[in-house]
Amino acid sequence: MLQQLFFAIVAIAAFSYAFRQFMTIRRNILLGKEEEISGDEGQRWKNVMLIAFGQKKMFKRWIPATFHLFIYVAFLFTQIELIEILIDGFFGTHRFFADKIGILYPIMLNTIEILSVLALIGTFVFLARRNLLKIPRFHKSEMTWWPKLDANLILIGELVLLAGIFSMNGADAVLQKLDPEHFHDTGFVLFSGTFGPLLLGGLSEGVLIIIERFGWWLHILTVFAFLNYLPSSKHLHIMLAFPNTWYARLQPAGEMNNMPEIMDEVKSMMGLLPEGDAPAMEEELPEFGANDVFSLSWKNIMDAYTCTECGRCTSECPANITGKKLSPRKVMMDVRDRAEEIGNNLDSGHFKWIQEDLRNEAHALTKANYDDGKTLFDYISNEELHACTTCNACVEACPVMINPLDIILQLRRYEILTQSAGPADLVPMFTSIENGGSAWQIPDDRDKWAVDAMSKD
Amino acid sequence: MSNKELKIPRMADMAAAGQEPEILFWVGCAGSFDARAQKVTLAFCKILNEVGIEFAILGNEESCTGDPARRAGNEFVFQMAALQNIETLKMYNVKKIVATCPHCFNVLKNEYPKLGGNYEVLHHTQLLEELIGSGRLKIEGGGSLNGKKITYHDSCYLGRANGEYEAPRSVLEALNSDLTEMVRSKERGLCCGAGGAQMWKEDEPGDKRINTERTDEALTTGAEVIASNCPFCLTMLSDGVKAAEKQETVMVYDLAELIVDNNGL
Repeated sequence: MLQQLFFAIVAIAAFSYAFRQFMTIRRNILLGKEEEISGDEGQRWKNVMLIAFGQKKMFKRWIPATFHLFIYVAFLFTQIELIEILIDGFFGTHRFFADKIGILYPIMLNTIEILSVLALIGTFVFLARRNLLKIPRFHKSEMTWWPKLDANLILIGELVLLAGIFSMNGADAVLQKLDPEHFHDTGFVLFSGTFGPLLLGGLSEGVLIIIERFGWWLHILTVFAFLNYLPSSKHLHIMLAFPNTWYARLQPAGEMNNMPEIMDEVKSMMGLLPEGDAPAMEEELPEFGANDVFSLSWKNIMDAYTCTECGRCTSECPANITGKKLSPRKVMMDVRDRAEEIGNNLDSGHFKWIQEDLRNEAHALTKANYDDGKTLFDYISNEELHACTTCNACVEACPVMINPLDIILQLRRYEILTQSAGPADLVPMFTSIENGGSAWQIPDDRDKWAVDAMSKD
Repeated sequence: MSNKELKIPRMADMAAAGQEPEILFWVGCAGSFDARAQKVTLAFCKILNEVGIEFAILGNEESCTGDPARRAGNEFVFQMAALQNIETLKMYNVKKIVATCPHCFNVLKNEYPKLGGNYEVLHHTQLLEELIGSGRLKIEGGGSLNGKKITYHDSCYLGRANGEYEAPRSVLEALNSDLTEMVRSKERGLCCGAGGAQMWKEDEPGDKRINTERTDEALTTGAEVIASNCPFCLTMLSDGVKAAEKQETVMVYDLAELIVDNNGL
């Protein structure tokens, strides 16, 4: 009874605190601009099933993909056991499903145990890949102490979860023989049925019950801790991979988003709009492109929260490979850090974050009057943006359909269109396209090559 | 050399004569002005002449598609160039376009529709595949490329941007060449370094130039010919081959040039 009460308190606290944190993330994602993303649900389902659920893009690199699959499938199946743990915890039952689903129960337990062993192997391999093998993408400059620790903490958490499951099941297997009345026969379970009696056989029932309870609590408390750690870790992809692939863009990778406001302006300049359709002149000078999370799309921010910092994008980036400062992964990490910074400041409600000229009339700090004097350009340098060749390698590499290029291009647009800055080298190209219709300033006729060739022929 | 007279009609002349070509050949800035890319332009015209496709070019009425300006971030310059081109294409009632530059191809195909320009757009390697497949373009057996070790560089804008990896490879197969893939090919193909308006600016500080990285990879295949489908890749890879001092033994060609060479057009 006491255990049940304690469980209920911990569970409710864990779920409600996690819920609050997830709502904060939702709020942070929605700091981005509204963008309607819909249409072609067939293709979207296909993406979710194949890419998120089916891990299709992970398998471009089959070694990490295989071990990742072990952990992923183990995680999915353990959810069934987790439901049972929750039921047992709230209602004081023991292995609630054991006498209700018949033969399915030992099948379930065996499946989970086999997958757990595979996940255990996967976790050790990943710890080795992160810490012993010199895999370059785990050691780039943006992989500072926190991203590295974050990755290791999750893997260690994984080991604790597995230790919990195996001690619980192992002790249970012995207890089933000692006290069949309280410990339902679960049938033969491969690992705990073998190693349980081998390692724990001969211990007294009291000690075994303590081990069983210890495993059970260890498992569920780690799950609760993980649930609450998740929102501040890079590990959110376990949830966001699904909506992120659903909302991923479906148009060809080469297509840049149109800017209808500029198109209409140019059309009106060129006399291409019917009379009266000319765009209304705005009072304030408009801002084009993006300089902060407020001017990016909410999808860009969701991309940032989905990123698990695997670095496949960066390891395929031609600029990064040749030693330039650009790293697509860093762009994603920067966007998330910036969104968190703004989110935290908004949560503080402090008036110092209100735009100076609005501070007197404002009643509360909101995303509309927010100004901390910073932008994304304080995180991402022009040098990084200028190094991008728009080759789409990062977009192609991402297993969960994150698009760093889209962000880079929006920042470039801001730099050129709003700040009138950007690489000076590019100015002659702009001028010659504008004035001469060619990317180079060349006095010749555009078809001189044809005239010359035909006269030679 | 072929005895056939080279015919490169201008759209304006055809329209004046009351004619409409089967297809518009979009030459692009590089194809028009860059000495190396001009050779590809001519090679492609020879092929079109050879198979008897009625085509035309826009000549001075063609303007940059706006691709480098847009990717650099300059949407105003892009829109001006693009809307001007769309007006020109409307005037000539253009429905089908072929481009030898994957950047032009991508913008015409994927970006002009949002501005009101809708066309069927092909990259020249796609048209070449189609022509070979339908038997209109016959590849002479035992040509210059027969059994030669060749490697193929996927341009970003034909490859990843538009998912076209097979058309150029099937052309190479028709040429009976010994295609050796680079480690990074198709979806994983490494950029030549010119895209996203990099062609017009100095590199950002780094350890190595991207084109050198890519050319080194191409050279390790031991290929005598590096085939490409983009005038910018052509420049970058040729520079890379020169930097490696391999220009005497390794050539960089566009697929259209390989066909012209093989068939002796």
